[in-house]
Amino acid sequence: MTRFQQLIAKNQAALSTHRKTVNVVMLSLTGLLTLLALIPLFWIIGYVVYRGGKSINLDFFFHLPRPLGMAGGGVLHAIEGTLVVTLLAAVFAIPPGVLAAFYAVRNPNTPLGVALRFSTDVLSGVPSIVIGLFAYAIMVKPMGHYSGLAGGVALAILMLPTIIRTTEEMLKLVPHALYEGSLALGAPEWKTSLSVIFPAALNGVITGFLLAIARAAGETAPLLFTTLGNERYDIMGIIRNGILQHQSFFQIFGRLVNQPVDSLPLTLWKYAQQPYPERIDQAWAVALVLMILVLLINIFARLWIETRKRRLQG
Amino acid sequence: MDNIIVAPIMVGNHTHSTPELVMKMEIRNLSAFYGKFRALTDINLEMYANRITAIIGPSGCGKSTLLRSFNHMNDLTPNARVEGKILLDGADINSEHVDVVDVRRRIGMVFQRPNPFPKSIYDNVAYGPRLYGIRRKADLDELVEKSIRQAALWDEVKDKLHRSALALSGGQQQRLCIARALAVEPEVIVMDEPASALDPISTLRIEELMHDIVKDYTIVIVTHNMQQAARVSDFTAMMMIDENLSGRMIEYDRTEVIFTRPKDKRTEDYVTGRFG
Amino acid sequence: MHTHAKTLSEAQLLKRLRRCFQHGDRPWQGILITISILIMVLILAIGWMLWRESADARSLFGLKFLLPTSDASWDPVNDHFQAWPFIFGTLLTSLVAILLALPISLGIAIFLAELCPEWLRLPLNWLVELLAAIPSVVYGLWGIFVFLPLVVAPVGQALANTLGHIPGLGLLFTGPMPQSGSSRLGAALILTIMIIPTITAVTRDVLLAIPNHQREASLAIGATQWETIWQVVLPYSLSGILGAVILGLGRALGETMAVTMVIGNSIEGTPSLLRPGYTMASVIANEFAEAVTKLHTQALIEVGLVLFFITLLLNMIAQLLVWRVARRTPQEARA
Repeated sequence: MTRFQQLIAKNQAALSTHRKTVNVVMLSLTGLLTLLALIPLFWIIGYVVYRGGKSINLDFFFHLPRPLGMAGGGVLHAIEGTLVVTLLAAVFAIPPGVLAAFYAVRNPNTPLGVALRFSTDVLSGVPSIVIGLFAYAIMVKPMGHYSGLAGGVALAILMLPTIIRTTEEMLKLVPHALYEGSLALGAPEWKTSLSVIFPAALNGVITGFLLAIARAAGETAPLLFTTLGNERYDIMGIIRNGILQHQSFFQIFGRLVNQPVDSLPLTLWKYAQQPYPERIDQAWAVALVLMILVLLINIFARLWIETRKRRLQG
Repeated sequence: MDNIIVAPIMVGNHTHSTPELVMKMEIRNLSAFYGKFRALTDINLEMYANRITAIIGPSGCGKSTLLRSFNHMNDLTPNARVEGKILLDGADINSEHVDVVDVRRRIGMVFQRPNPFPKSIYDNVAYGPRLYGIRRKADLDELVEKSIRQAALWDEVKDKLHRSALALSGGQQQRLCIARALAVEPEVIVMDEPASALDPISTLRIEELMHDIVKDYTIVIVTHNMQQAARVSDFTAMMMIDENLSGRMIEYDRTEVIFTRPKDKRTEDYVTGRFG
Repeated sequence: MHTHAKTLSEAQLLKRLRRCFQHGDRPWQGILITISILIMVLILAIGWMLWRESADARSLFGLKFLLPTSDASWDPVNDHFQAWPFIFGTLLTSLVAILLALPISLGIAIFLAELCPEWLRLPLNWLVELLAAIPSVVYGLWGIFVFLPLVVAPVGQALANTLGHIPGLGLLFTGPMPQSGSSRLGAALILTIMIIPTITAVTRDVLLAIPNHQREASLAIGATQWETIWQVVLPYSLSGILGAVILGLGRALGETMAVTMVIGNSIEGTPSLLRPGYTMASVIANEFAEAVTKLHTQALIEVGLVLFFITLLLNMIAQLLVWRVARRTPQEARA
């Protein structure tokens, strides 16, 4: 008998069983933990659908809030506010984000490129409430009032890292041959980037936009002291009034964005804190709307990118 | 064809500890599938104890797949399936109830590229024994030294056992991997082109090593290097793919027969360099 | 004469524009570089703004603003501010969240990277990411009305009955917990759920990047799958996992809405998890819009500054760690 066989001779059978048991137990544990983590997901979604579904009706989507005690009333102001602020944020964030992504893709190893990537990652970790404070300092304070514009700026800063990162990844997926081919034909770099590379990556890039927008739509903290909230916000009313008074496009636009604006998450936050059951019910309904919005965008974006990716890879 | 001697080839000549042939592993009608694709068809092979068996053939003919079915490494690939019998000391290790972990200890494997763990040299070799509950430092020291000596690596590393294994050269790393496999005292050692990634000197050392340890182990080596097969092995098996791209065993015999008077024309073409 | 000069310069301008667009590379590069620099500058700008806008508070209170103290007071009426209760609340809830989230996330990541059958991988990844997509306020709403009464309150009670009696450690578990369940424990538990996707995603990627030949080497010696994971795969990925944890910690520290809605928002003298508390993000969220005095506003901004610096530092460390792992592992990775 060799030394090794001597050493392992005692209780080899027991050890072997022990090792196998540990293996099965630990591997099962990881599966269980995965299930455990999914419980809150289904619980939250399920409960929001259940509770929110009870209070939702058509009024909800198309009416401004009514005082307590009166029937009807909805959260049109919040829906419109969310749309306006998110749209503004997208407009502010997408062009610089895409341009920065172009730079990062072409110059991954220059000092600026490395610093840019690093900064983007670091920026994505800044708490949203701190960004809200920043937007307050550079927009609300100088302007003297809260506004949808300031909220748009805050959300744009929030969206920027996501847009840069996903755009960069999608641009990288475009085959290098396309880039070289375009340059070989004599097209300048900027034209190549905008007319050839970007459209080729468009699907994935749009996915990135959608995901960033979904995140922005659900954010509350940055809007707390930038848009503040406005229960009387009514886009149609503003536009109608503006037309009646012969105001220019810019004047109407200004009125749309240059005043406090509400949003779905903000409304949820406010209603959840109020002691009235009707408001709590409405809060759940808002939660349902918000979640449907955010989850739908997310799921759609993922499905989109998966089918496109599969097509790209043939 | 008689007397086809291509070039001076040294045919393996080591003294055997067991002069009579004892069957160690037997492969019967083995077929391997990846999903619907049949990678191996009807392989039959005998490997004798304390002998070196080489498996040669052009690349892509399934030599690695065959080796990996011995110790169930194919289980790691999804949709991989192995049918047929693999008998180790007469018992079928391809059956459903076999203890895969135990089979893997009894059949040690050395891979084409050295893959030491990012741990110290000592911890690499002690990895196996520790799994088996050997904890005392004195015991581990003894086993580690024994294995590293067998792998012809001791003199080079005895002073730096606690340095990282990744600091070693390629050839040294591969011998370390051999030592690591030897530490749990397998019965069969399969080597999948162990020297193909190494320089000639390291290759030679590994071949010498094989000659030294074969008295305690049964060795199966896959190689695309015919001279190596001729130098090192007692028996040689020739594989090739058929029209369905499935690997088959063409011929299997003593090494000097395969290289001087092969029975199958395809074997002859391959060893004389006319093909592959 | 006048019109002639004007037309000339127009023509010149057009010519220059045309040349510009024909090649246009220099301005293009210029734009790209400018934007990139601006983005980098953004972070500095945020820090600088916070620094500037809290100047008075900083000079008035100095370092004592931050240090642990037993007579903390946050008194907007008398303009006396000390931030230790919030710092403590933030640290306590976040650290407990990390402690709980780490083993769970590790388990999930191991399952996703090593064990999950191919067809299940994508859907499960999606589901875990979906957890991160739920807006914070929705977590908060569910937290107030469902999680606190149904989970946190009973758990807190159980903890008080068992661990509350141990000397020393028991300080963390002495009640009484408020009727509603609003407590640091509630905040910590909700944070746990919220940071699991972050830690899991990064850890899973780190594990997937480990080359397969390492796993094969271990299995070929006769190790079980768990032994391979525990003794080869995990040690190989330690720095990446650390990076994932730090990223999760950063997220926990900055989480505002859900925490504010379940933590109770009161300054609490004891360190107990079962009592309500306050975090840095929460106090800013609650008080900023209504802050009346300039000093109050500045003090809140100073709290924001502290939060900014802590998360900045953590994020930089985490990025360095995750970068290191990404660079170290070679191309050959698990399919």
